[in-house]
Amino acid sequence: MTTQILIAGFGGQGILFSGKLLAYKALAEGKELSWLPSYGPEMRGGTASCSVTISDEPVGSPIIDHPDVLIVMNLPSLDKYESTVKPGGMIFVDSTLVTRKVSRADVKAFYIPSTKMAQDMGMPTLANIVLLGKVLKECPAISRSYLEEALKKVVSAKHPELYDYNLKAIDAGYGA
Amino acid sequence: MAIVFQKPASLTDKELHYCPGCPHGIIHRLVAQAIDALGIEGKTIGVAPVGCAVMAYDYFSCDMVEAAHGRAPAVATGLKRSLPENVIFTYQGDGDLASIGMAETVHAATRNENITIIFVNNAIYGMTGGQMAPTSLPGQVTQTSPYGRDVRTQGYPIRVCELLSALDAPYYIERVAVNNVKNVNAAKKAIEKAFRNQIEGKGFSLIEVVSACPTNWGMTPQKALQWVEDKMIPYYPLGVFKDRGAEAKEAN
Amino acid sequence: MTEKVLMKGNEAIAEAALRSGCLHYFGYPITPQTELTAYMAKRLPKMEGGVFLQAESEISAINMVYGVASTGKRVMTSSSSPGVSLKQEGISYIAGSDLPAVIVNVQRGGPGLGGIQPSQSDYFQATKGGGHGDYHLIVLTPSSVQEMADLTSLAFDLADKYRCPAMLLADGTMGQMMEPVALPEPHMGTVEKPWAVTGTQMKRKHNVVNSLYLQPEVLEKTNFERFERYRQIEENEVRYESYLMDDAEYCIVAFGIAARVAKNAITMMRKDGLKVGLIRPITVWPFPKKAIREAADKVKGFVSVELSMGQMIEDVRLAEECRRPVVLCNRAGGMIPGVDQIIAVTKDLVSSVEGGAR
Repeated sequence: MTTQILIAGFGGQGILFSGKLLAYKALAEGKELSWLPSYGPEMRGGTASCSVTISDEPVGSPIIDHPDVLIVMNLPSLDKYESTVKPGGMIFVDSTLVTRKVSRADVKAFYIPSTKMAQDMGMPTLANIVLLGKVLKECPAISRSYLEEALKKVVSAKHPELYDYNLKAIDAGYGA
Repeated sequence: MAIVFQKPASLTDKELHYCPGCPHGIIHRLVAQAIDALGIEGKTIGVAPVGCAVMAYDYFSCDMVEAAHGRAPAVATGLKRSLPENVIFTYQGDGDLASIGMAETVHAATRNENITIIFVNNAIYGMTGGQMAPTSLPGQVTQTSPYGRDVRTQGYPIRVCELLSALDAPYYIERVAVNNVKNVNAAKKAIEKAFRNQIEGKGFSLIEVVSACPTNWGMTPQKALQWVEDKMIPYYPLGVFKDRGAEAKEAN
Repeated sequence: MTEKVLMKGNEAIAEAALRSGCLHYFGYPITPQTELTAYMAKRLPKMEGGVFLQAESEISAINMVYGVASTGKRVMTSSSSPGVSLKQEGISYIAGSDLPAVIVNVQRGGPGLGGIQPSQSDYFQATKGGGHGDYHLIVLTPSSVQEMADLTSLAFDLADKYRCPAMLLADGTMGQMMEPVALPEPHMGTVEKPWAVTGTQMKRKHNVVNSLYLQPEVLEKTNFERFERYRQIEENEVRYESYLMDDAEYCIVAFGIAARVAKNAITMMRKDGLKVGLIRPITVWPFPKKAIREAADKVKGFVSVELSMGQMIEDVRLAEECRRPVVLCNRAGGMIPGVDQIIAVTKDLVSSVEGGAR
C-alpha cells in the first residue's frame, strides 16, 4: 500500500517538521518513504508545503499530484490543494486559521482548532503537532505506532524538554 | 679555478624563453637562490601563472603546477591545505595578479594563507604583446591605450602592496626592484624572507618586484631600467608595507 | 545490511564523499545545494586532515580543487547551475591536466540567474563539454537519495581510475528530498598517483601538472591519448537501469527525478494494457547508446522525458539512429513533467504510430 500525504501552510508553521515526523515514523516502521519539501528564498511567511509518501514498496515519484491525505494550516493551501485530493481521501484542517469548510463531498474532512488548542496549552508553536495528532488517530494508514522513536529523532538533542511538549501536543490532537 | 658564481641548483638547464634584457631571468634566479639557501627544493611546489612566466614550470626543478589566468593563489591554497608541510609559492605578473586574479589575491591575503607570492610588476601585458595592465602608469602608451592611459576612462593604476596592507591579515608585504645591483641584493633578501616566513608558519607573504619590459615598452634594456628608476619607482615606492613580525616586536 | 538513515540528498552526497576518503572540500553557497556545503563545514574541521574552505567564488573553489587534485588527494566541490557555469574554466583545466576530481551540480532552472527549482537543463553543459576544448566528464545522474550516496563513491573511484573529473548531475528535488539511505562503507582510493606534485624530496625529476602544450603536434597527442581513455570509459563504464523493457512496445528514456515520475506513469499505463518500459541512464556520459540502439530493434517509439527544453533527446536520436519516432515530454524553468503529461504524450505517440488503432 502507498499513502501520499501533502502538508501545506505558511512558512514557519512547522510544515516541514510535521512531514519529518511522519517520515521518521515510517523509517522506524521499516517502510519505504520519501520526504520532499518545497524550498524557496523565504524562511518565514510565504507558503510552504511538504510531500511525504509512505509505502510498502520502493517509492516511485516523490512528487504528489493527488494526495490521499491533505493537511492544511492556512486558507490559501485549502484553496490550492482541495481539488487535488483523491476521491475517498482525507483532509485535515486547522479550523482556527481556515474559516471555510471543505466543499467536496467525496472526501472525509476533519476540523481541529489546533492553533487555538496549542495556544491554550501554552505551546503556540506546536499547532502543527496537535493537528498531526488528529491525523494519527483518524488515518488508518498512519497509526500512532513508533511515534516515540520518531520524535526522539526529530527533536533537537539540545532541547530534550521539547520531546514532552510534542508528545503532549500529539495527545491533545489525538483526543480531540 | 675557483667558482665564484653559478646557476642555482633549483633551476633546470632549460634555456629561458624571455626576451633579451628582460628581468624575469634575474627574478627566477633570486627565487631559486632563496630555495637553495633554505634547502627546500625537495618540498617546494611552485605555481606558474598565465603571462610571460607561463612556462616557469620548465625552469624550476621543484614540482610545479600551471594555473589558469589569475587563479594561482587559489591553486596554491589548495596545494597548501593539502600539503601543509610543503613550501608553496606562486610567480605571477601584474595582469594575472592584479586584474583577472584580484579576488583570489585579496582573499588569499585576508586568510593569511601560508604561501609565498612573487609578484612581478612591469606595468604591461607582455605575453600578448604589450597591452595596458592594471599597473600601467597614467599616460602610459600601450597597444590598448594608444593615446596614453586616460585615468578618466581607464582608471588609475593599482598599488597592490598599499591595497593589501590595508587588510589585517597578511603577514609580510614588501616592494622591491631589480633595476640595479643594490636593488637586486635587497630583492634577494626580501624573497628569501618571504619563503622563511612560510617555513616558520607565519602566513601570507607577497613580494612585489618592480620590473621592466624593454620589448613592449619599446626601449633598450638600459633605457628601460632608467625608466623604472625615473617613472615606476616614484609611483610604486619601494619598501616594507606590512610586517606583522616587526609590529609584534614593537608592541613588546 | 547497514542500518538505513533518513537524509537529504545533498547530505547523502557529503557523507558519501567523506566515506570515500574525500577530506578536502571547497564551495560557495548557492540554492539548492547549500546543505552539502553546510554539512562539510560541520564535519570536515572535526576530521583529522579535514579541510573545509568557503571560497571567495565558485571560480576560486574549483581552482582550489585543482590544487588539491594536483597533490593526488581526493577532493570535491559542489554548486548549482549558475555556479557550475563559473567553474567551467577550472573544469577544463582539470580535464586538460588529467586530474581526478568530483564536481556536484544540483541543477536549478536557467538560463541566467533563472530560478531555484529543479531542472535538468545543464545536460548539454555536463555531457558535451561545458568548458573549452575537447574533453569529457564522467557524468552520473542519481535518481534517489541512495544513489546520491552510491554514485558519489563511484564518482571518486572512476575519477581516480581514469584520471578525469567526474560529475554528479543531480537536481533540486534530489538535493532537497529525504529518503532512507544505507550509507556506503568507508573506502579509500587505492590507485597509485606517481604523477602527483608532493615535492620531489630530491629523489625524482620534478612533476609538472599542466595543460599547456604550445606545439600543436604535442597537444594533439595529449588529446588522442585522452580520447583513448574516453574510449575505454565508453566501453566499460556505461550504466543504466532497464525497467519493464522485456515486453515493452514503447520506451521512455528519463533520468533523475524525471525517471521517478516516469515509473509511476508506466505503472498506470500498464494497467491500461499499454506496454511501456523505461531506460534510465545512470551515466549520461558515457550515454547508454547500445541499450537504446537495441531497444530500437524492438520498440515502436521513444519518449524522452526531461526537465529542459529537450537536450538528452538528441543523444536518444543519435543512439537509435533515426529508426523510430522520438518525442519529447518536457517541462522547463523549474517545473516537473507530471504523470498525466507523460501518459498523454505517450498515448499521442501510440496513436500517431498505430494510426489511432488503440
